[in-house]
Amino acid sequence: MNTHFDERLDGGQPGRDQSEVLADLQQALPGMTLLHREEDLRPFECDGLSAYRALPMLVALPETLEQVETLLKRCRALGVPVVTRGAGTGLSGGAMPLSHGVLLVLSRFNRILEIDPEARTARVQPGVRNLAISEAASPYGLYYAPDPSSQIACSIGGNVAENAGGVHCLKYGLTVHNVIKVEVLTIEGEHMTLGSDALDAPGFDLLALFTGSEGMLGVVTEITVKLLPKPETAKVLMASFDDIEKAGNAVGAIIAAGIIPGGLEMMDNLAIRAAEDFIGAGYPVEAEAILLCELDGVEADVDDDCQTVRRVLEKAGATDIQQARDEAERALFWAGRKNAFPAVGRMSPDYYCMDGTIPRRELARVLKGIGDLGEAYGLRVANVFHAGDGNMHPLILFDANQPGEFERAEELGGRILELCVEVGGTITGEHGVGREKIHQMCVQFSPGELTTFRAAKRAFDPDELLNPGKNIPTPARCSEFRLTKSAGDAPAPTRAPESQG
Amino acid sequence: MVTTHDIPQHDIQSQDASEALAERVRRAEAEGTPLRIVGGDTKAFYGRRVEGEALSTREHRGITEYDPVELIVSVRTGTPLRELEAALAANGQMLPCEPPHFGDDATVGGMIATGLSGPRRPWAGSVRDFVLGTRIITRQGSEQRFGGQVMKNVAGYDLSRLMVGAQGTLGLITEVSMKVLPLPGASRSLHLDMPLARALDKLSEWGRQPLPITAAAWLDGALHLRLEGGPSSVAATAERLGGDALKPDFWEALREQRLAFFAKDDSRALWRLSLPHHTPLIELPGVNDPDVLYDWAGCQRWLRSDLDAEAIRQAAARAGGHATCLRGAGGAAVDEPFTPLPPVLAKYHRNLKAELDPQGIFNPGRLYAAF
Ligand SMILES: Cc1cc2nc3c(=O)[nH]c(=O)nc-3n(C[C@H](O)[C@H](O)[C@H](O)COP(=O)(O)OP(=O)(O)OC[C@H]3O[C@@H](n4cnc5c(N)ncnc54)[C@H](O)[C@@H]3O)c2cc1C
Ligand SMILES: Cc1cc2nc3c(=O)[nH]c(=O)nc-3n(C[C@H](O)[C@H](O)[C@H](O)COP(=O)(O)OP(=O)(O)OC[C@H]3O[C@@H](n4cnc5c(N)ncnc54)[C@H](O)[C@@H]3O)c2cc1C
Repeated sequence: MNTHFDERLDGGQPGRDQSEVLADLQQALPGMTLLHREEDLRPFECDGLSAYRALPMLVALPETLEQVETLLKRCRALGVPVVTRGAGTGLSGGAMPLSHGVLLVLSRFNRILEIDPEARTARVQPGVRNLAISEAASPYGLYYAPDPSSQIACSIGGNVAENAGGVHCLKYGLTVHNVIKVEVLTIEGEHMTLGSDALDAPGFDLLALFTGSEGMLGVVTEITVKLLPKPETAKVLMASFDDIEKAGNAVGAIIAAGIIPGGLEMMDNLAIRAAEDFIGAGYPVEAEAILLCELDGVEADVDDDCQTVRRVLEKAGATDIQQARDEAERALFWAGRKNAFPAVGRMSPDYYCMDGTIPRRELARVLKGIGDLGEAYGLRVANVFHAGDGNMHPLILFDANQPGEFERAEELGGRILELCVEVGGTITGEHGVGREKIHQMCVQFSPGELTTFRAAKRAFDPDELLNPGKNIPTPARCSEFRLTKSAGDAPAPTRAPESQG
Repeated sequence: MVTTHDIPQHDIQSQDASEALAERVRRAEAEGTPLRIVGGDTKAFYGRRVEGEALSTREHRGITEYDPVELIVSVRTGTPLRELEAALAANGQMLPCEPPHFGDDATVGGMIATGLSGPRRPWAGSVRDFVLGTRIITRQGSEQRFGGQVMKNVAGYDLSRLMVGAQGTLGLITEVSMKVLPLPGASRSLHLDMPLARALDKLSEWGRQPLPITAAAWLDGALHLRLEGGPSSVAATAERLGGDALKPDFWEALREQRLAFFAKDDSRALWRLSLPHHTPLIELPGVNDPDVLYDWAGCQRWLRSDLDAEAIRQAAARAGGHATCLRGAGGAAVDEPFTPLPPVLAKYHRNLKAELDPQGIFNPGRLYAAF
């Protein structure tokens, strides 16, 4: 189905023309950068999901809060929708622009306002890069725990809007567990503080509600995060397996032994080969799967835990276990994993990253299902997996220049997500629904549940001007999706010519 | 799948009363009669008085899914909290937020709706941090599922965590899925005599180090500490910090407000101050050291004082926190227990309540008079 905003399905808005809105905003905000020529708009036409594109009507690059406030007020008065954008690394089309909307880019809000080593917090603007926070905190022996693989580029505002995770989430939590306070601007241009500098705040937990709300409820303008003391030591074990199911079972066995690793990641053979080819991390290219298990904390405990995990891995049938000898090798082991997406990207003209989460016990079944589906659709799939959390990232390899191949990849992706829902999982663990998974929302949630989501949205944005068409589908979209699905259900997917690679 | 632990035959009665509860909600919505949701009747003191027909969740009970290897438990909200904790302990696991019970009959629903956490809170996280998913009976009387039974899920808005601490004002919670963690391998409690100012400084200093501290309270001239983690680090840290051994049941007595400080025959009001890390001593007229108990490494302070509510709230606000009155002077009911919200925030609270419960059938007025 068409991924573009469709008024018929996503809700109508008064279509203003560009010159009218441009004139209005230029007058209200003479000092603000406002892009309107096609060549200037072009770089903003997509986020990290480049298959979904639309040229925004205007791009605003404010530098002060007053500008953001005025912009929101003007857009509301004009009935023009606003899509907020951080660094544009999102993988679900959450920051995909609207051709009749303003793209509000927050990249110029890139200052770290305060590091408080005593309270162990950092107060930052939304455009600050995730990694920059840990870099600024490092002199105090502190760091910011959530570490998405995109951390050198993605913004903390985008992390809040997506509730981003990272390889250290099982032990240290997601964004929602590490942000204590945010300042937001509502669509009416009102300032509001959610959360507090203390460990809780009076009233409803709107901080939790806003975290992961994909820019649909308000614009996050300042964030206070919790910083943690750097662990005294961290050690990584890499275990090879000749069978992916054994690797999956080893994950459960580690946890059953009462150990919560700092990171617990799994990669399948295709992903291992890709990463090894790209980074040279020393991965065993013949293994069917590897597990990376990081144990961190106080030296004495970490040594004990390494012993325990080693025994568990041996018992689970690991064919080889290596412990990173030093910091450099530890960094290298992780570099392979953190660069897995671009590495897979080198093997194929294009790739499409999925983000389903499943109960871990279903891993073997789901991996097999993905394999079968990939074969049926004639597309290769590499698997990178936040194994500790059950969050899978199947990467579908395709070539957009081959007619029909993207559509096939997209359909395969949809099937994989439906498989995740079937086994009791969810369509997105950390990348968000955005535009991409809007249809799968109709599979995961009942009409009543979607009604409740829309009620929550209405409380903050009754005119649906913030990021319309994302995250929560309208009833019209779900009916259309169901119709299309039942009409064309289970099409015998055409086999692709053998993928080159 | 490897299961090294078999799920025990826990003695929890299992009973699904969701249809009966939904029917009650439908009736209340049709007639516009408010409901007062009752779990174990143990936390009645926490919040405003609700006028409404009592709706008990007690018949809706039992663990619906628990696979220790997944680190997730799903449980109906009428289940007694102690039964849930016993089932987890039988598998070497726990609710890391260490929720207070305030009585034998405390229910899982009451834990979620009040969102109260115990001494481990600053290190492990709060009740909401461990909530992964909920089932809620909405005003239409239909049971809806949000979040899920998986560790990570960002599909749709996080309505599950929104329910935590909402005191049942946004819907009837019928089931919750929570992340659980292994019990610590070792635990030691210590008692170090030191003055308050020094204790607060020490706690800030230790907070920046990777130490296995999981509880820290100052009262009666001494810092009370709990160390938990691997046996090696706990032993090494205990040796480094010195002090005297403390009976581990101290923490339960603190959490359950059974220490002398909380005595019911003390006629002064009981306040809870929630403050940022590293907040120094807060000066209040007539308040001396023994009138304040410092939990959560100083982030949660209990205060016995008959000072004017405004004075206490302003002092907490100046330090970046807020204050809640749990018990009025002479044990009287409190008219405004929670810190009033600033106007914009209050407006969006009203909007949200109006969208999710326009007729005000769920615990109206429990949190604030306006909704
Ligand atoms: C190679 C690669 C690896 C990745 N790895 C991970 C990973 O390990 N874990 C993970 O969770 N994600 C990962 N991602 C996805 C992405 O980086 C995250 O979702 C990130 O949080 C997006 O941040 P951003 O600043 O780029 O946001 P954008 O893409 O600009 O925006 C994302 C969404 O947030 C909204 N938004 C942005 N800023 C604000 C704001 N200030 N206020 C309100 N709404 C706002 C937008 O409207 C949009 O809906 C990866 C992406 C790539 C390309
Ligand atoms: C002698 C007596 C005195 C009372 N005095 C007061 C009073 O001063 N003020 C007052 O407000 N009430 C009072 N009540 C009623 C009492 O508040 C409720 O019965 C009580 O709030 C129910 O929760 P609980 O004590 O069982 O605690 P919990 O079960 O621990 O519940 C605490 C809170 O969570 C809510 N809750 C529990 N389960 C759920 C669920 N599944 N879904 C959504 N919400 C849930 C409850 O409504 C309550 O707000 C009194 C009752 C008695 C018998």
